[in-house]
Amino acid sequence: MTTCKETKGFLNAYVDGELDSAGSLAVETHIRACASCLSDVENLHALASAIENGSLRFKAPARLTRNVQGAIRAANPEARSSIFYWRWASVLASAVLIIALTWTVTTRWAKSSQETLLISDIVSSHVRSTMANHITDVSSSDSHTVKPWFSGRLDYSPPTKDLTEQGFRLIGGRLDYLDGRPVAALVYQRSQHFINLFVWPSNSLAIREQEQLARQGYNLIHWTRSGMMYWLISELNLTELNECARLLKE
Amino acid sequence: MPHFDAAYNLARWLTRNDQDAEDIVQEACLRAFKYWKGFSGGHCRPWLLAIVRNTYYSWLRQRSVQPELTEDGEIDDVDDGIPNPERALLQNADRDMLKAALEDLAVEFREAIVLREMEGLSYKEIADIAGVPIGTVMSRLARARKRLQIYLTRTAPENCL
Repeated sequence: MTTCKETKGFLNAYVDGELDSAGSLAVETHIRACASCLSDVENLHALASAIENGSLRFKAPARLTRNVQGAIRAANPEARSSIFYWRWASVLASAVLIIALTWTVTTRWAKSSQETLLISDIVSSHVRSTMANHITDVSSSDSHTVKPWFSGRLDYSPPTKDLTEQGFRLIGGRLDYLDGRPVAALVYQRSQHFINLFVWPSNSLAIREQEQLARQGYNLIHWTRSGMMYWLISELNLTELNECARLLKE
Repeated sequence: MPHFDAAYNLARWLTRNDQDAEDIVQEACLRAFKYWKGFSGGHCRPWLLAIVRNTYYSWLRQRSVQPELTEDGEIDDVDDGIPNPERALLQNADRDMLKAALEDLAVEFREAIVLREMEGLSYKEIADIAGVPIGTVMSRLARARKRLQIYLTRTAPENCL
């Protein structure tokens, strides 16, 4: 049985979800029997929700966005004229060489490398969408707005499920290009984390059970259902992303 | 631009005023652009926030302003917590009171709260940004929250009691 003094030191980490399962269990067991620690935990939750609901986040003024873009452009031209282009030229040349080499080597393992390539494309698409100012083409949390938006642009209709009540807010959709075809990207948000769901028709009707993997610090979940391929990607932790996948499949 | 707002939010809470925050973000974005080649991958939001934070500290040094120093260490004011009836005060704290309470915190406590509560970063990410061990992040958050609770329950208007 852990003592009160020991437990007090871990209450913040417990509330923040930073303890491993053994640690969480120890705290949970303790607070069931200790009114003082339970009260501390409730106070921490009360404070966290007060901060979350207090609209305390500052939004960058539009003027600043323009100034920064201007400043970057102003700082850039000389670099661009000299070293910048040479550097790109050499990058491009080595890229061509690498592609030529890999082409000869990988035709044998075409199938597995296709998937690897697809995964890296998905990761790149996700990173690009959160980095540049282009996460959605149509911004709406209303699935009845997002769904028709795709209908004129794709030859299939992606499911556009709103999971706001379950903590995954649909913020919109975007047209992306993966696996040699235009695909639907649905964008969900959980606190400050963005989740991209890529959906496109699969070549086979076989149901593929869920697979999960991690690349460059992002978590990916993949499944196939009703003739559609689903790829879910986010920087969100695997537990929450799994929850999101489960809700999408329901 | 999601990360741009995150950058501004951190700068605004660190400097506590609009104009300085804008200067910091502008400078930080230029630095980010310059060091882009050195970005080794991983998540770009914590990376950008680390640059914002470093820009803020060098800006302080340039103006030869000493940041308010507080000592990290044991949680100094461990007591029996806040009495239950006062939890209502925490729950009902309005935006102005919360803002005043946060601005009253020492800067390293304030940045820990902003990165954790508003940006949702993990202890590891905050530790990397602030250049301190994870244990320090944990104790800073604990002390910061304790101080916020004390501030909010002390300055609550009479009629709430």
